[in-house]
Amino acid sequence: MSDWERASTARVLPPARPRKLAKVPFVELADGRVQGVVSSGSDIGRVYVSSVAASTYEFSCSTNNNRPCGGARGMFCNHILALINESTLQYGAERVARYLRVEVPEPTAQAISQTMSATRPSQGDSTAAASVFSQFLRHLAYLEFEASTAPVPELQWFPSTRAVV
Amino acid sequence: MVPVDQGGGLMRIDLLTDPIAGLDEALAVVDGFDDVLVAGLLRPQKIAGLTELADAVAGSPLAARVAEAAEKTAAGAAGEEHFVSLAAARIAVFGSVHDAVFERLAEATGRPQGEDSTRQASAAESPNLLAAARSWLSDLARAGWQGIDHDLISGSAQVISALLAEPSLRRLAVLLDGFAAELAASCPGAALERVPVRRWGDLWSRAMLLTLHHETSATSTVTGRLLPLGVDLLEHSTAAQAQVHAVFEPEDGTAPRLVRANVTVPKPDTIIGAGIWQLLRPHLSLLTAISEGRSMDLADMPVTAEGDLLWQDEHARLGEPADAFSTARVALPKAVTPVVAPLDRHPVRIAVPVFLEGYDIEGDEDEVSFTFAGNRLPVDTDRIPAAGPLTPKAVASSGACIGLIRWDGGFRLQPLAVETTVRKKTTAVHAGAWAGGTTDKAGVKAEKAATDAAAVLRERAGRLLRK
Repeated sequence: MSDWERASTARVLPPARPRKLAKVPFVELADGRVQGVVSSGSDIGRVYVSSVAASTYEFSCSTNNNRPCGGARGMFCNHILALINESTLQYGAERVARYLRVEVPEPTAQAISQTMSATRPSQGDSTAAASVFSQFLRHLAYLEFEASTAPVPELQWFPSTRAVV
Repeated sequence: MVPVDQGGGLMRIDLLTDPIAGLDEALAVVDGFDDVLVAGLLRPQKIAGLTELADAVAGSPLAARVAEAAEKTAAGAAGEEHFVSLAAARIAVFGSVHDAVFERLAEATGRPQGEDSTRQASAAESPNLLAAARSWLSDLARAGWQGIDHDLISGSAQVISALLAEPSLRRLAVLLDGFAAELAASCPGAALERVPVRRWGDLWSRAMLLTLHHETSATSTVTGRLLPLGVDLLEHSTAAQAQVHAVFEPEDGTAPRLVRANVTVPKPDTIIGAGIWQLLRPHLSLLTAISEGRSMDLADMPVTAEGDLLWQDEHARLGEPADAFSTARVALPKAVTPVVAPLDRHPVRIAVPVFLEGYDIEGDEDEVSFTFAGNRLPVDTDRIPAAGPLTPKAVASSGACIGLIRWDGGFRLQPLAVETTVRKKTTAVHAGAWAGGTTDKAGVKAEKAATDAAAVLRERAGRLLRK
């Protein structure tokens, strides 16, 4: 048994890295997809819900009102490219490549996107959009919870770290 | 050999490297049970891990319950209440580990220890919510770490959202939230190459216990002077806590004591670094005092018997300038260490403030140890928050250090502040110096980026959240 397996403060998740949120306010590696929300460049009230599935690279992009994205006809639209790019900033390109099961010698956002595009992935329907959007709203709701000055000893299991992805 | 007492300030580092009697045996019991959790409690294969856990608490009031739980679980016929008993037994064994480690530290610091106080069991609020959490934790234990999948883990999302919305259940909420995120990122469990067995056993058993009634410790109020030693930052992707360690000098002239002031806030995972200080800062004026190098004067501030100030800004005002290193040299050696509530006794929560100097340095900024007459104390530089001026390099060239002694399989030092020599002048560098804001060039840049990130999320929330 290694020390890591027998450590109370073993580090399981690498910390997120800083990135600008203006264009892509939300991205996550979840449900077997890289998925997230991309702000519309022209309408501040509109966002696109975009996703790419691991292994098949099946992609989908539609607005929060469930209208299909005009750019995602048979190929990755700019929203999806932006999503992949920001995901590599937040989680590190290696982790994103591993999650999507993209094999490239030196993962970068561009290499990951190009490798996936080259397989001519199919366009999925937008059934996942609703759950991705609700994940985004759940994420935003964390801004609304109140701070508390009562002790929370359980956070002793979660030390801060300088490690980068 | 370091003298036992030379002005009360010297620590006996040699005691931290001596073996602790019974420790390996206690940990072996926990390890055995943790191995059972890997494959799950539905139809456990390694039954020895269950019976040894029951044997370990055979002399305690838990004996009968845990023996029954071990038997039922081994037979594949256990229910929720049995899992609760097993979790309680695991926590009890770790309680004994905590006590042995804590006692050794008390000996090493030579500082006075506080007396135990009474506690009251309080009725559980939101029993349905707690039952839902317990039910999910039971399903998790049945599946085992190798049996986790996306459906099982996402089943916790609703419970966690509901718990977070209830401030009195914050402890369980932030614990489950951080735990579930780790589990989700580790699905499917069948494909895991290695499992953080002790950690997940800790988190599971702690969460299980928090779904039961909880004890509230006696609170009183204090008036006097608060002298900060340093700031510890704790965080997972969606919660953060700043914990200030300080010496409190009562106005009535009674003995000074060690206290902590805490502030915790849930957060979106993209708020990090300086952004965390920005979220915490408005709720704890003490963070501002620390950045300004000041003490605070407290008047009727509530405090628990465990030494946690239940901070309210209206009971504190900015005091005289106070140097943390003077506090550490002069006030800390006489400060009374508060007791730890029985259910909170786990070695991971040990964070004993110490002042160290006169050490030699081994290694470099990647792996630093302080040595004292041949006794080595590893330094955990990874815990220094990135949003602050203290760096591993500064620690590796320091001459004096304020830190927290921690234990996770062995003693380690978490630096909170160091004194280093810059251009022949002794300078103090604090890990939490940016907590209350900063004029440091790198700090200002980090603050600006964090402000922008938070503004984007707030704008998006304002536009989309209430539609």
